[in-house]
Amino acid sequence: MSQHGVNTSRRTFLIGATTGVAVVGVGAAAVPFVQSWQPSARAENAGAPVKVDVSQLSPGERVTANWRGRPVWVLRRTDAMLNSLDQVRDQLRDPESDEDQQPEYARNQYRAIKSEYLVVIGICTHLGCSPSYVPDGSSNLDYSGFFCPCHNSKFDIAGRVYQGVPAPTNLVVPPHSYLSDDVVIIGSEEGETTA
Amino acid sequence: MTRLIDWVDARLPVVEAFRKHMSQYYAPRNFNFWYIFGVLAIVVLVNQLLTGVWLTMFYSPTDAFESVQYIMRDVQFGWLIRYMHAVGASAFFLVVYLHMFRGLLYGSYKPPRELVWIFGMLIYVALMAEGFLGYVLPWGNMSYWGAQVIISLVGAVPYELIPFISAAESKEIGEALVTWVRGDYLLSEATVNKFFALHVVAIPIVLLALVVLHILALHEVGSNNPDGVDIKKNKDENGIPKDGIPFHPYYTVKDTVGVVIFLMLFAVVVFFFPDGGGYLIEKPNFGPADPLATPDHIAPVWYYGPYYAMLRATTFDIFMSAKAWGVIIMGGAILILFLLPWLDRNPVKSIRYKGWLSKVALMLLAADFLMLGWLGTQPGSELRKFMAQLGTFYYFGFFLVVLPFAHRFEKSKPVPERVTGGH
Repeated sequence: MSQHGVNTSRRTFLIGATTGVAVVGVGAAAVPFVQSWQPSARAENAGAPVKVDVSQLSPGERVTANWRGRPVWVLRRTDAMLNSLDQVRDQLRDPESDEDQQPEYARNQYRAIKSEYLVVIGICTHLGCSPSYVPDGSSNLDYSGFFCPCHNSKFDIAGRVYQGVPAPTNLVVPPHSYLSDDVVIIGSEEGETTA
Repeated sequence: MTRLIDWVDARLPVVEAFRKHMSQYYAPRNFNFWYIFGVLAIVVLVNQLLTGVWLTMFYSPTDAFESVQYIMRDVQFGWLIRYMHAVGASAFFLVVYLHMFRGLLYGSYKPPRELVWIFGMLIYVALMAEGFLGYVLPWGNMSYWGAQVIISLVGAVPYELIPFISAAESKEIGEALVTWVRGDYLLSEATVNKFFALHVVAIPIVLLALVVLHILALHEVGSNNPDGVDIKKNKDENGIPKDGIPFHPYYTVKDTVGVVIFLMLFAVVVFFFPDGGGYLIEKPNFGPADPLATPDHIAPVWYYGPYYAMLRATTFDIFMSAKAWGVIIMGGAILILFLLPWLDRNPVKSIRYKGWLSKVALMLLAADFLMLGWLGTQPGSELRKFMAQLGTFYYFGFFLVVLPFAHRFEKSKPVPERVTGGH
């Protein structure tokens, strides 16, 4: 190409401006494609809160509620279970629940609003398996707690993770509250969040 | 016929292309058994495309598990087409692993074939994505929980390594990305639909383009051989390598024998062991996806075993969580393979002329990879965790220490001027 009579600076400017507009255009055009991968309005609506009646639970009994497709355990703990929380303290990674794995109202040694009732998402914080409930201890657990069969992660009966297992953090306590003494609502804080 | 070819050739260089890639592509005359796997990979690719197109005629992502049962029970020969596709996936990885091992044996990734190797690695990565997406589609319980584990890896990436991103923000980014990939707050129909589109359209297009680039790059520089000798150094008066023979008809015919033997073995598996005793199609996948029932033991399909073993073996918390390190180690194990052409500083290409240290180390790597693969499919135990840690250590040690430095501590044999054998 002949360079004769070419205004190089104008050409450079035009190439730069065209490229700039093209980049912005491609970026804008990508938005609908990227956003379409987000949950649809239908999926957002399906994430509604779930109610559980805890008055029907006998001590040591656990029910599993399905909230947003995840298993949420509601467990009525026995006194022995609550006492074991102190005994396992030294073996835990995060006994004080410093990590943000629970709402502020569940940041206590019971990881619960009412110490008797544990509400926790039953999904291992390692890679998403569902741990099994061990009410009385086993060969893997000295006290009551939860044991994940996938990669041998161990949790105490407040969902606090033991040291030296693959799971990095305590089990997640979902947002929840008490609509009355008997009814807990999972996924909503419209009720009472203090004991 | 000749006139038709002439007519087309005047408008499209078909004759020239045939000569360049077949009848006048001079391949070394000493290819051995190990050189069959590239061709076999193409055969399996064709099998996957053909059976895959047919499966899409009967599969429905909105009714995933049921439609697979429909294919297996009601569609005429549906069971055969599906088993060919499912066994084909494992066969694909088997031939690709052997093809890659051939590269390691004879230094096929070394200059001037770096790009051939890199395109090959990109094919391997695309294939792993394709295999994972495909495994989710039947929406059995192992599809579901396998997807749960793999997608959650996106959330385990330590984004805090990016400047100005705190650990708390990193976690939020991870969760947002996981939701974005799933297209829902949980694994759902939205996820299956998305994966279906990626599995049958997007990734296959990428895969095919990469295969073309892999072969074009190879034909530009020419094939390596078991002696690692450059056949282009010795040419006759016509400029044809003295140790080269035309790919067609010599290797097309020779490869046909290999293809027939392979298809016989493939048919035996398809007809008599289609689930491979739980290794090709895992047992929990015969039941539908159930979000509230985790299988006792979540294991990947065998071909991801080595990387999964490395992920599980990572249990140390230094600066970052073990989970983040696991993702780094697992990703690093794949990424390090891309750097092979530059990590290998041995002046000798082929294992035939390398010293004993290199030979033993490579055999150990093969054994190590097999061991990790086995460990990845087994339930965890303290002993197995220790073995996997040892295996991971050796894997990285091989690439970071043995390949760059082993030649300084060993005596290589002299490399001949011309290739040996193949008469």
